[in-house]
Amino acid sequence: MKPVDQLALIASSTRASFPEALAKAGWPSLRPARLEVFQINLGKLCNMTCRHCHVDAGPTRTDAMMSRATVEACLRALDQTPAETVDITGGAPELHPEFRYVVEEARRRGKHVIDRCNLSVLLLPRNDGLIEWLAERHVEIVASLPHYRKRNTDAQRGDGAFDKSIEALRLLNAAGYGRGNPERLLSLMMNPAGAYLAPPQRELESEWKAALQRDFGITFDRLLALNNMPISRFLEWLQESGNLEPYMTRLADGFNAAAVAGLMCRNTISVSWDGRLYDCDFNQMLELDAEPPMTIETFDFERWQAREVVTRGHCFGCTAGAGSSCGGATT
Amino acid sequence: MMSEHYYDSDHLKGFGNIAEGSPELAKKFFDYYAAVFAPGALTEREKALIALAVAHTVQCPYCIDAYTTESLQKGADLEQMTEAVHVACAIRGGASLVHGMQMKEHADKVGM
Repeated sequence: MKPVDQLALIASSTRASFPEALAKAGWPSLRPARLEVFQINLGKLCNMTCRHCHVDAGPTRTDAMMSRATVEACLRALDQTPAETVDITGGAPELHPEFRYVVEEARRRGKHVIDRCNLSVLLLPRNDGLIEWLAERHVEIVASLPHYRKRNTDAQRGDGAFDKSIEALRLLNAAGYGRGNPERLLSLMMNPAGAYLAPPQRELESEWKAALQRDFGITFDRLLALNNMPISRFLEWLQESGNLEPYMTRLADGFNAAAVAGLMCRNTISVSWDGRLYDCDFNQMLELDAEPPMTIETFDFERWQAREVVTRGHCFGCTAGAGSSCGGATT
Repeated sequence: MMSEHYYDSDHLKGFGNIAEGSPELAKKFFDYYAAVFAPGALTEREKALIALAVAHTVQCPYCIDAYTTESLQKGADLEQMTEAVHVACAIRGGASLVHGMQMKEHADKVGM
């Protein structure tokens, strides 16, 4: 479904107005806070095709890959900002030919680097030695794992995904990841396997740690819980399964004023594979450009910080319940 | 408008309207209800799973829908929720069967 059609579908599925909800909560406009995260989406190429994917990524998506020139523009822009974290995502960013270059350059600048990893990509023969390479550079791995039980993970990511994830987690543990060392951080990111809100991440973390240790001898550092966004493949599933309106109502009814301050659109810059700038990865997928539209080639930090965040109905996904972001709950 | 059938799922959404006939009693009930489900000595998930099991015992379709979603949102999964339903089932079945002791005693009393 085209982004413009997705936006129309989202708008028609709820009567709730996000700007009205914000205003009622004391936020007449949504302005940036201090910029902390520089998020680079290297493209849509991925070795997996997940049912909940909001990026519409997959093995055939070589049409959407960041060029070396855009990578260089990202690095130049990064130097203008105070962002401490470079968050590399995709697709599977590890499949991008410039992945290691981006990591090296960001580390050379002293940035904390996050690799948003689907785990199974680490098992591909072409990525032999990648885990150790990342470990040597103190790159944090934020790995998607819908659930610590096989059934729930495979339902979302396809048969066999869970076993591969466990194998990759064991390799990460063997390289020193997930054992409390701040230079080998392993975070797991879960999202619900359906049309309901993410569970409370703090309560879930101890349960996940106990279960993965007990069942597989696996350890990790922290759990992040993310709401599913009504975008792309998940939006299509919501519509086909008759869950769209109830889910949008659930998101809007779950509006939590306390989640607004920590919204990632306030502390993140999101760069798409083609160098356009967005308030967040979700706006990027809906092609809702930052306002005014900007590109990384002509990046101006003051102009970026002076903008107002662009919102639509899908934004209720980030303010529902405990709040939701690429860094997990926002409350 | 009145439903043409029993158990209309919209009734759950409109549950708050039950206050129309008695706002005071509705307020007392909903305040009490919210307090019951707040985290306490039991976690919210434990309470949701108990509610799910009880919903099957009292055979309330509204409660089954509501506490299926609530259990999922509190981090329970299908295996845990199915076990909760089996707990309800076992207690219901056991309750019937244990009454068999009364049957047996009465049969012994009236029999020769």
